[in-house]
Amino acid sequence: MLTSLTAVEIARRLAKREVSAPEVAQAFLDRIAAHDSTYGAFLAIDPDRVRADAQSAQAKIDAGQAGPLTGIPIAIKDNISTEGLETTCASKILKGYIPPFNATVVDLVHQAGGVVMGKTNLDEFAMGASTETSAYKITRNPWDTTRAPGGSSGGSAAAVCAELAPLAIGSDTGGSIRQPAALCGIVGFKPSYGRCSRYGLVAFGSSLDQIGPLAHTVEDAALLTEAITGYDRMDSTSLNLPPVSSKELKSGSLKGLKLALPKELFSDAIHPGVRNAVQRSIEILTKEGVEFGEVSIPSIAYGVTTYYIIAPAEASSNLARFDGVRFGPRAEGKGHIGVVERSRAEGFGHEVKSRIMIGTYALSAGYYDAFYLRAQQVRTMMQQEFEAIYQSFDGVLSATSPIPAFKIGEMDSDPLAMKLLDYCTIPANLGGMPGISLNCGFSDGLPVGLQLLSAPLTDERLLQMAYSVEQVLPDATRRAPVP
Amino acid sequence: MSISIDEVRHVARLARLELNEAEIFSLQGELNALLGHFADIQSIDSSGIEPKSHAVAVQNVWSEDVVGPTLPREKALRNSALSRAGLFVVPQIIED
Repeated sequence: MLTSLTAVEIARRLAKREVSAPEVAQAFLDRIAAHDSTYGAFLAIDPDRVRADAQSAQAKIDAGQAGPLTGIPIAIKDNISTEGLETTCASKILKGYIPPFNATVVDLVHQAGGVVMGKTNLDEFAMGASTETSAYKITRNPWDTTRAPGGSSGGSAAAVCAELAPLAIGSDTGGSIRQPAALCGIVGFKPSYGRCSRYGLVAFGSSLDQIGPLAHTVEDAALLTEAITGYDRMDSTSLNLPPVSSKELKSGSLKGLKLALPKELFSDAIHPGVRNAVQRSIEILTKEGVEFGEVSIPSIAYGVTTYYIIAPAEASSNLARFDGVRFGPRAEGKGHIGVVERSRAEGFGHEVKSRIMIGTYALSAGYYDAFYLRAQQVRTMMQQEFEAIYQSFDGVLSATSPIPAFKIGEMDSDPLAMKLLDYCTIPANLGGMPGISLNCGFSDGLPVGLQLLSAPLTDERLLQMAYSVEQVLPDATRRAPVP
Repeated sequence: MSISIDEVRHVARLARLELNEAEIFSLQGELNALLGHFADIQSIDSSGIEPKSHAVAVQNVWSEDVVGPTLPREKALRNSALSRAGLFVVPQIIED
């Protein structure tokens, strides 16, 4: 079936004229129409735009100007601005908001001839790890529809996993690409901070946010990464570096590769099924010549605290712009401040309010030193500790999520419990490192993600490593049992 | 360290969030649970450690002071619930 193919395989068939870009787009539109009521991956789809994008892609192919993504449908997380197409961040406060401009990554997708398939569901403003805080719908894990797909890029992960799009774009502030990729058994990559423009990504934690791909394979992820990275003058934190090249993707070797295993990421909190799958992968990789070394990175133990101070602090400032004046619904209220307070009360969901509150508290007079300043110091300590590890190791290996996909609603009663599960993915964001998750096995039929991290700005090297690892893990590209 | 109901109200005012009584109580519980967890970094010896606000070492980025294309006014106003004569309309801020 066309919709089961990888992006690389679809591109091959497009190049050989076995299929046209409009046919590819239509196949995915039909599949979404038939099955997305089960998964709830998409918030908005405009079939006319999809067909128009596919027509221009076909024109590129006909003119001999096709690149690897030309004619490939790509789903976009709904916190990334798409001109003329509603962008809500899964929040009521942006209901009806039609961006007057495209995010840089969306422009780059178009330049590459990619077909924007639609907007995917997320936790409201990307705050969550299950996609359950969306104000609009529940997204279901295609491996088991009673379970969450992870989050916050849960819609993007479910879309790829359920073969509703061969590629998707997500954003990752504390694990929001890698964790849903892990829970859905696909590949998710967060580039180094500064390699992918954040222009047009609705800001959550500006010093942590990074856009990246979700895909069936490392190669597909690498091709999309190459298309959406590179310097952008519209983002002042964009690094003046070329796009992340995929040229050397397949020329790596596992022999002699040195990977660190931080004991703080192999704690008792890990689910036995996850531990077994990761352990089996370590055994396979050892046979292939990878050298493992147990290390200690003590600051990892403080990662969750550090993250849940810094990210909400930045969010409380970033979300101040949602006041009902320039965009979004405006509530009735007494005077200007009354209107703002009421619009925000009605527009934001509970988790967003909670994070704005904690961030405002951490930044408020009398608490700044105890929380925000202290967290920034731990951030420095963590960066230094990882730097020291990368002196002797090529990368760091761990589970992506300490548990496999959990039941929808299972975490409702204890919001702190879900936050505590982010400890494997948070260090990459605090340290600006690239991080990737790929499937390494199963726990009671549910996918288990393996995470690889490497030093900041070594994105090419990390993708190369992940590609080599993917080739020797038997379950790396196993598909979900979708119709 | 724990947060009182009055502090929750104060922080909500700072954050420009109108909260009802039920929300105030449930947020107090959630914030206190988080603050309890935050106690772990209080015990670290962080003396002499430079705080970092960023993931990578970046310097200030300047751009040329030239007029470029900007968002046309009607496009900028299109998403506003209330606009008139090319302006966002807001309730009166300064008393008569």
